[in-house]
Amino acid sequence: MIIKGGFVCDPKNGILGEEMDICIECGKIVEKSVGGDVIDARGMLVLPGGVDAHAHIAGAKVNSGRIMRPEDGRRGIEPRTKLLRPSTGYTVPNCYAMGYRYARLGYTTAFEAATPILESRHTHEELEEIPIVDKGALTLFGNNWEVLECVRDGDLEKLAAFVAWGLRASRGYGVKVVNPGGGEAWGFGGNVKGIDDPVPNFGVTPREIIRYLMRANEILGLPHSVHLHTNNLGKPGNYETTLETLKAVEDITASRDRQVLHVTHMQFSAYGGTGWRDFESKAPEIAEYFNHHDQFTMDMGQLIFGSATTMTADAPLEYGNARLLHAKWSNHDIELEESSGVVPLVYGRKMPINAIQWAIGLELALLTKNPWQVIMTTDHPNGGPFVNYPEVVTLLMSRVKREEELKSLHELASKRSSLPSIEREMDWNDIAIVTRAAPARILGLSEKGHLGVGADGDVTIFDINPADVDPSKDHRKVKEALAKARYTIKAGEVVVRDGDITAVPQGRTYWVDASVPEDQAEKVRADLVEKFAKYYSIQMSNYMVQDAYVTHPRVVKAGVI
Amino acid sequence: MAFLVPDRTIYSPWRAKEKLSSSLMVILLKAIMISGRTLGQGANSEAKMSPEFFKATSFCALSEEDYRSLGISKEGNVLVRTEFGEVVVSAKKDVGLPLGVIFIPMGPWANAVVGPETGGCGTPQFKGVEAEVEETKMRVKDVRELFADLKRMGGEAS
Amino acid sequence: MAEDVLCPFCGCLCDDIKVEVENDQIVGVKRACKLGSSKIRGHERTKAPMVRKDEELVETSYEEAYDRAAKILKDAKRPLLYGWCSTVCETHKKGILLAEEVGGVIDSTATVCHGPSIIGIEEKGLAGSTLGQIKNRADLIVFWGANPAEAHPRHTLRYSSNSTGMFTPDGRKGRKVIVVDVRETRTAKNADKFLLIKPGTDYEVISALRMIVAGKGEIVPEKVAGVAKSDLEEAAEMMKAARFGAILFGLGMTHSRGRYKNVDNALSLVADLNGFTKFVVMAMRGHYNVAGFGQVCAWETGFPMSVDFSRGAPYFNPGETAACDLLAKREADAMMVVAADPVSNFPRATVEGMAEIPVIQIDPFPNPTTLLADVVIPSAVCGVEAEGTAYRMDGLSLRMKKVVDSPYPTDEAIIQNILDRVRRLGDDN
Repeated sequence: MIIKGGFVCDPKNGILGEEMDICIECGKIVEKSVGGDVIDARGMLVLPGGVDAHAHIAGAKVNSGRIMRPEDGRRGIEPRTKLLRPSTGYTVPNCYAMGYRYARLGYTTAFEAATPILESRHTHEELEEIPIVDKGALTLFGNNWEVLECVRDGDLEKLAAFVAWGLRASRGYGVKVVNPGGGEAWGFGGNVKGIDDPVPNFGVTPREIIRYLMRANEILGLPHSVHLHTNNLGKPGNYETTLETLKAVEDITASRDRQVLHVTHMQFSAYGGTGWRDFESKAPEIAEYFNHHDQFTMDMGQLIFGSATTMTADAPLEYGNARLLHAKWSNHDIELEESSGVVPLVYGRKMPINAIQWAIGLELALLTKNPWQVIMTTDHPNGGPFVNYPEVVTLLMSRVKREEELKSLHELASKRSSLPSIEREMDWNDIAIVTRAAPARILGLSEKGHLGVGADGDVTIFDINPADVDPSKDHRKVKEALAKARYTIKAGEVVVRDGDITAVPQGRTYWVDASVPEDQAEKVRADLVEKFAKYYSIQMSNYMVQDAYVTHPRVVKAGVI
Repeated sequence: MAFLVPDRTIYSPWRAKEKLSSSLMVILLKAIMISGRTLGQGANSEAKMSPEFFKATSFCALSEEDYRSLGISKEGNVLVRTEFGEVVVSAKKDVGLPLGVIFIPMGPWANAVVGPETGGCGTPQFKGVEAEVEETKMRVKDVRELFADLKRMGGEAS
Repeated sequence: MAEDVLCPFCGCLCDDIKVEVENDQIVGVKRACKLGSSKIRGHERTKAPMVRKDEELVETSYEEAYDRAAKILKDAKRPLLYGWCSTVCETHKKGILLAEEVGGVIDSTATVCHGPSIIGIEEKGLAGSTLGQIKNRADLIVFWGANPAEAHPRHTLRYSSNSTGMFTPDGRKGRKVIVVDVRETRTAKNADKFLLIKPGTDYEVISALRMIVAGKGEIVPEKVAGVAKSDLEEAAEMMKAARFGAILFGLGMTHSRGRYKNVDNALSLVADLNGFTKFVVMAMRGHYNVAGFGQVCAWETGFPMSVDFSRGAPYFNPGETAACDLLAKREADAMMVVAADPVSNFPRATVEGMAEIPVIQIDPFPNPTTLLADVVIPSAVCGVEAEGTAYRMDGLSLRMKKVVDSPYPTDEAIIQNILDRVRRLGDDN
């Protein structure tokens, strides 16, 4: 296949908007095509396939969202066709809708942001049903008893061996840490209040948990860094906890050419104020810190006005949301491992808090100078559903658009944030970085997010001519073009043409197989045998995700040896 | 309200203000029927055509006092009637049952007297059906007999 | 000897069963309860596929049975595909696809068990946990309209009142147990506090407890549904004093007057209690994988049960699209029953609706549904003769094992065969 004459942005390879041909053979980008389809991309924008590094798309809490929200299922309905299964839902779409909608937006890879090991079988059952895109899942470790005990005992090698085992047991891709210690405290209805607040019954602090897991992550040389949801997330004044957390790990270095820590959906962790009344943005402080510390990355967690379904392993946060909003509330604690919660809500333009939150996400992306450090997400469906990515792109590219939006918002969005004064407008290379190149680099997916020889043949072609269209002024055109890819090509196969799905291949599932010394693995095994005998409600032999649940694996090797 | 008349005594323990005198015999008991799982029902629930399942589910349990006041003979049967239907089942005592509550294990005999209405939620009300119970000399139908009157179309399914 | 086998009976989905096998025959079952061991040891089977000819079921080939089943589904305008509680998730996926293909309605046995619980969750959400969380932490268990002694015999020892864990080393001695029921069940005899309520008054009793918990006890009358106010106050006090409480409710809540409103109110009580201490709530799901159907159906269609595909896109409205409603209103014009027995478990007047339409049965065992079926297709027993996924009552997914070989095809294979034929019939049109 050859894609001829498009306007190509491939920032990883230094191609910043050149007219050139892209060739794909056997699912990979190659120097020269030997035949096949010729796609005339003249006057169109050609990008690598989109990569979503953080979205809640599969597993128990996503399905809890569906079950408790039939009113959401009744939105976004599309009947089946000869090729497609039916679609339902807006914030919590069914599996098929997820794959189709990602593909229509030009996305070819999406990672589920949080799976407890015990319930990973379920996560993979849903990932298997999401068509087209490649995927993976990040495994939760921040409240696991074995982790807490290794930290308490200061046994870093054993912790690394457990992380390797947990990734294999869950067929997981990376180390996710959510409100470390808080999830365990929630087992008796408590929480931790900061990074030095000890976890009840275990005597370790969130600071220690984060540091140990980061060090274990680097001992194992995992492709992705620790992926952190900070303590105190969602609370006024929490930017101090966020900065304190980052300062606490400045001395740790990455074992690979990537960040040492990814702080996720930063919008929810960049709040000032002593309460909701004096709530304000502290995004400039966070961005300023990032501008001086390039070892850290973040994603936006951009808020989208309208319906959202918040879902997180941060269960005390969800309980707080439910109390505050008098909303439906689901909670799900997972023995020895985690807690979690789901609360539907509506973000309103005229709600002061929501309007300020909206501004914070944009401030973070625009004030952080290096686009490789801030990637685009809505923390789907917490900030809003991923189908709104074209809206976010236009906001990043157009100050005019931002001003139009600000006019429709509560005035505090302008007063309590610096957004009105921000002039920066991203260009297509910046967009290619924050939606493709950077998420792939942050996840450690070397064959994703770029169009160099050897990369996966995942390409998006948008019907927009950067030579004619000024995204700053013509933001409506940009949004329209991004909402319906002219072509999405997945592993060399055209899966979307003119916004319609044309093929439904099964994507691959990434997981990391990390090796550890046998003596350390044996120590972990002995601990686990005891935990299963005394505390788990199932047998150890039935715990690990079986191969039957990952039918198209892409195993990435890592480890100590 | 209790109706205590010599020829046809109807006693409704839920509505009664006073306990029934033990010397009085009751002909018709007004009761609340509930159904539910039991060990025997469960253990034979994949063997529903077996005599064991029949034995485990074709009975009606009554409180000791209701059992006595209906004058049920040893291994006697009762006729349970509701607005939705009637069924003959064997009678048993259950000390755990309060006055005026009868229990039939989940299964075809219980469902013979349950109504189809789902109240808009898809689920019939399997518990708390108002019923009348009386002793009977009629025999308990087996599972085939229970459904024998439901005619199949037969022949080629179209 | 097969170790750590999963039990294909109730929602406990015990995964520690030992099955002794000699010459591909099961000769012994250890650790299972009476219910589980009875199923694993096996019952009389339907020997061969059957079709009804001249009012009698006669044996036939699988090929003919598949053809007949496909034709029935294809010819129907409003086919109902019902059951799914005693089979694995792999079957559910195929069944949902078949329902889509024939524009039918798919519904599970949840609609005659915990369907009201799911509707309650739609109203309020569910504050729950895995069973192991209760085992390790709960110091108060409330069984409400649930009788695990008869319906989930190993529940108390493995997961709830009598289990031991990290913060519950003393097991039953370290816990309080409250039972709320309309009769003194075997479970009630094990309680520290038993509240005998009148049938159909769950809503009132829960409301009274909520008032007392919220500090508004003065408006509660001296007696509520036959229960003295002082007993309710004592129960509320026990709940608030718990370090970790769990309400485990059964069909007593969902089958009684109020149905989903009872559940809605119980879920609200649990949300209220979280303002004072830690509390979770769980439905005691009956069949081993009825919860799994709800999960699969939700991720495939967006809705957990009663999904109508007649418009090409999923439409969900229990009360209109639930199996009992479709049959009672004589709307369904054909029915496929998979791994369930509606003739036993539906009200008589609802069953009469089945008698008027062609019925296909896919099941390992003969049962009253066989009596009304036109096509009977025997299948392998999941969890004994076939592997696959099941979801425990707390939503935990586990892989069921195959212990012995079977001469019968799996449910999944049977549905795939019917689906292939339905598609071929479609191509001919």
